[in-house]
Amino acid sequence: MTDYSRLLSPKVQALKPSGIRKFFDLLDEMKDAVSLTVGQPDFVTPWHIREAAIESLERGKTYYTSNSGLAELRSEISKYQKRRFGLEYDPQSEVIVTIGGSEAIDLALRTIVCPGDEVILPVPAFVCYEPLIKLAGGTPVLIKTKEENKFKLTPQELRAAISPKTKLLILPYPNNPTGAVMDADDVAAIADVLRGTDILILSDEIYAELTYSGKHVSIASMPGMRERTVIAAGFSKAYAMTGWRLGYTLAPAEITSQMVKIHQFAIMCAPTQSQYAAIEALRAGDEDIEMMKAEYDRRRRYIVDRLRKLGLPCFEPEGAFYVFPNIGGFGMTSDEFCEKLLYEERVAIVPGTAFGECGEGFARISYAYSVKHIDIALERIGKFMERLK
Amino acid sequence: MDTILKLLEENGQLTAEQIAVMLGKTEEEVKAAIKQYEDTGVIIGYTTLIDWDKTDREYVSAIIELKVTPQRDKGFDRIAEKIYNYPEVTSVSLVSGGFDLLVTIEGKTLKDVAYFVANKLAPMEDVISTATHFVLKKYKDKGIVYGAPEVDERGNIL
Repeated sequence: MTDYSRLLSPKVQALKPSGIRKFFDLLDEMKDAVSLTVGQPDFVTPWHIREAAIESLERGKTYYTSNSGLAELRSEISKYQKRRFGLEYDPQSEVIVTIGGSEAIDLALRTIVCPGDEVILPVPAFVCYEPLIKLAGGTPVLIKTKEENKFKLTPQELRAAISPKTKLLILPYPNNPTGAVMDADDVAAIADVLRGTDILILSDEIYAELTYSGKHVSIASMPGMRERTVIAAGFSKAYAMTGWRLGYTLAPAEITSQMVKIHQFAIMCAPTQSQYAAIEALRAGDEDIEMMKAEYDRRRRYIVDRLRKLGLPCFEPEGAFYVFPNIGGFGMTSDEFCEKLLYEERVAIVPGTAFGECGEGFARISYAYSVKHIDIALERIGKFMERLK
Repeated sequence: MDTILKLLEENGQLTAEQIAVMLGKTEEEVKAAIKQYEDTGVIIGYTTLIDWDKTDREYVSAIIELKVTPQRDKGFDRIAEKIYNYPEVTSVSLVSGGFDLLVTIEGKTLKDVAYFVANKLAPMEDVISTATHFVLKKYKDKGIVYGAPEVDERGNIL
């Protein structure tokens, strides 16, 4: 028998498979379980956006687009970023339409990171960064953000993590899983640390529209930061378009022209139908965003209030659609707590450790569910908490 | 304040306490607002959407287009009132276009409904003509799709 371990890439073999799979398999078998685990909107993509994709099919738009994406779409992205966040990017040379925010992140890392480079990553963070940094040959340098700092990255923490090898800082805000945001003062303080260094920034702004405490502020809008920043953004969360797989990068032309080579050879172009849908989303979807955001915000207030009343300490998240309660005070690990909750009350929440060891003591609860569904789950969590007291 | 109205229109079961938390207001503020809406007739009732086809109740409904002669001074109001006073009638609207009043009625059987139209509505003074459409299947009402129990198709992806 062939010894594959000798044949396959050691870098890939060294990646740890996602630990949460076992928990999700368990959940899939329990037909009566109520889940608060999902990391995507419960809304269906607004009809006018779906219709635009259907119309593109009817009109026979079934070819590849240009590598960077439809010119019309890039131009709408540029206008949208100006309109919503005050950022200016040239549609011709500074925008690449990608397969979701995920590809945008991968493109940036593969373009920037060299073997031996250190990449600073505030955690808890989404599961994709660490493996992608390692695949690019880099070394992740984790900064464990703290609950008492509302899981923000502080300038002191950043300064302490910087070494001569630091190449890149990843800024994943609004944050999955914590729901933390970085406001204008917070990113300004980070910019102060970086100014005068050669450190680049990958700012993952996929949840930018789901910021409840004011408007999202990109670090690229801070003086001296635009030229060193790659923004990864997309349509999944803002327009409820996860399955369309559509995102984009915004970066200075010098970086974009390098990233587009990887995109061109590995991907060719993002799906054409999704691109037509996205044009419609950007032209006529601002109201959809506001409607969905208002609904998430109401659920956010509701779930935080209920969890606190049930006796689960919970910092107030200001972005994305997750709450990250502290479950460390019950003499159980996160995994034990979540498994017990699933077995005893048939409610599934994600143990914080799914996002790395830094998540120990916490759990991620998604509120991308109807209030009715949330109510049922919280009632069961309430019974569980009664027994723990 | 019309966010409260929108929330209640979608889900009449929400309590003032729930709404207060969601909107960052006090329970008293929300209660006072709802009371005022009720007092001024902005909120005129609370009802439940039922798919009677899924029960064993004998049930038919029909939509009836009515052409009527408006009365001097009263316009269509008088005739509309006469019609909506019948308990069988569930809604009456004055509409633009080829006819005047759009009436929906409920009954146990087709016969009941036909009898009501033939013996009550059609003979009314001022009613010029009627066209009755029996409802065969209801797909969506009050923004809610009938018959499709919600299935969460989202897989477990972090």
